[in-house]
Amino acid sequence: MSIIVGNETKLVISGLTGREGSFHGLRNRDYGTDVVAGVTPKKGGQDVEGIPIFDTIAEAVDERGANTSMIFVPARFAAAAIEEAIDAGIGTVIAITEHIPVHDMLRVYWKARNAGVRLIGPNCPGVLSPGQANVGIIPAQFFEQGSIGVVSKSGTLTYQIGNELKQAGLGNSTIVGIGGDPVVGSDFIDILELFEQDEETELIVMVGEIGGDAEERAADHIAENVSKPVVAYIAGFTAPPGKQMGHAGAIISGSSGTAEAKKQALEAQGIRVGKSPTETAKLAAETVGAKA
Amino acid sequence: MDLLEYQGKQLFARHGVPVPQGRVADTVEAAVEAAEQIGYPCVIKAQVQIGGRGKAGGIKVADNRDQAQEHADAILGMEIRGPRGEGPFTVHQVWVEDASEIDSEYYASIILDRSAKKLLAMLSTMGGMNVEEIAEKDPDALVRRHIEPDQGFGEAEAGVLASDAGVDEDIREATAAMLVKLYEAFNESDATLIEVNPLVITKDREVMALDAKVTIDNSALFRHEELADLEESFIEDPQERMAREKGLTYVKLDGDIGILGNGAGLCMSTLDVVAQAGGKPANFLDAGGGSKAEAIVDALTVITSDEKVRAILFNIFGGITRCDEIAKGIIEASGQIEIGVPFVVRLDGTNSEEGLGLLADADLPDLHVEKTMLGAAEKVVELAGSA
Repeated sequence: MSIIVGNETKLVISGLTGREGSFHGLRNRDYGTDVVAGVTPKKGGQDVEGIPIFDTIAEAVDERGANTSMIFVPARFAAAAIEEAIDAGIGTVIAITEHIPVHDMLRVYWKARNAGVRLIGPNCPGVLSPGQANVGIIPAQFFEQGSIGVVSKSGTLTYQIGNELKQAGLGNSTIVGIGGDPVVGSDFIDILELFEQDEETELIVMVGEIGGDAEERAADHIAENVSKPVVAYIAGFTAPPGKQMGHAGAIISGSSGTAEAKKQALEAQGIRVGKSPTETAKLAAETVGAKA
Repeated sequence: MDLLEYQGKQLFARHGVPVPQGRVADTVEAAVEAAEQIGYPCVIKAQVQIGGRGKAGGIKVADNRDQAQEHADAILGMEIRGPRGEGPFTVHQVWVEDASEIDSEYYASIILDRSAKKLLAMLSTMGGMNVEEIAEKDPDALVRRHIEPDQGFGEAEAGVLASDAGVDEDIREATAAMLVKLYEAFNESDATLIEVNPLVITKDREVMALDAKVTIDNSALFRHEELADLEESFIEDPQERMAREKGLTYVKLDGDIGILGNGAGLCMSTLDVVAQAGGKPANFLDAGGGSKAEAIVDALTVITSDEKVRAILFNIFGGITRCDEIAKGIIEASGQIEIGVPFVVRLDGTNSEEGLGLLADADLPDLHVEKTMLGAAEKVVELAGSA
């Protein structure tokens, strides 16, 4: 088992003919992901190293049975591509694109929710279920199949922690990058629910950062609904207020959204928070070891 | 992007939100001329993107030409810090506006509520203090209503909000009308925050926006040319300005350890780990995914131009980014610019062996390679202390 992507994933990639889209799309296929189609308007009939290109996602669904879409198109067209995927009956949409206007995301968020479509991202590295499927830009070589679920707002920080887990002999069920934007399709809580139900997942590592209150809400959710152990890490203790730290959503507004407040909310619910990525991996290893 | 008050008011005016008549000025002479045109009494207001201007002496009333001259002279060039120590921001412009005869002060705002994924409208008849103070003093005095995405925010919804907030009956309709216009301005300008504090009721029972705090979504600037032009003039800090020109994501901090990481999360984490080791980061600099040698040269140029920097840490975990590209960039940069301070490099992940090999061959002076993130943080703190 795994969550969101796996052996049953049939992937259509919007923007496969672009430079980034083809680089990562082909890497995903090399990993073993079943990439069934690419979509670029007016390029239908072409192919990218054997992957057929269609004009629309609907055609990719009809002719190739696509059930998952990855969005790799430029920001100003990305919201429309997500909406196209929803309208075409895709069940899972993973949006990698950064800098999608937040007003567009509000509209798309509700459209996806109302249609029952699972939206991951945008501004995220994607989802990797080691040994099964990789959808996005996560470098798979740092992760092995195993029992630790990871959900994170950050890409490279996830690779750092994944690599330390691997060195400790631990693998992952699924790694989910939820993205660093103010409005993302799936929050920590959505992914925690999936990991809670996933048989393969024994422990969950949650990687948060400054901005918003998704971590605080997750802390309450974990206390009430998650029976599996959770270890957390929060980045941005030294971030000054009012400054955007790389990610659009990583900003302390007034006195809210600080790393300290998030850490305290998690610890108040008995969740252990690592001081560094290294300590976080160590806490996870200890916890799993203690269970075994 | 935070607009200056006058830019916010100009945006309001374009959407039919009543604002006092005013003019912007960047010299004392221009400010006096503006005051003469507007008439007395008028208010001279420092234009900086932070709250607390009044307390800092950045807002003054002028009753005549001499006072206008005196206040403009005092305010232009003044350095103002925010209530949380932000800045300092130098005042380059003042906004001179007609002094309103105020009967009462309200508070109104529309914000993007990230948790609810909805817009949130707020209204209170206790204006003039910040929203946290209102909530603390009398939580019931701040009325909060989510705007349902399928419903929007028209006269009816705004009217309910005004009535729930206890707005005086004779101006309820005008207040609701202003809220609707603010909502239109919010949507049409891709704002993430619009705050009017105070929203004033004048002695003549007119409703007016006396201040304007507006934040625009940077990701949407491509469809707002008129706002995109404003952006460049905002950057005060020389390093931040240079970084912007080079397309780097850089934030200036107070310390003396220059930092570069790849990826926003890892970079933030690097700052934290350096602080835990007892050091003070000088900056946040995200080299981004897939960084190439050229970007590293640019990054080092920006970091070393900050005279406070006494040591540098590069913390790279190569995913898409290849560590050999980073190493090439470091070697290239050391040939082009004088780095001049000790330099710690930690390379892990994709092609780290190759990258470390290149650095070893180059044998650069005062370059220290560390294997782990924590080890690298400790080393750079030690070097900054002894530099």
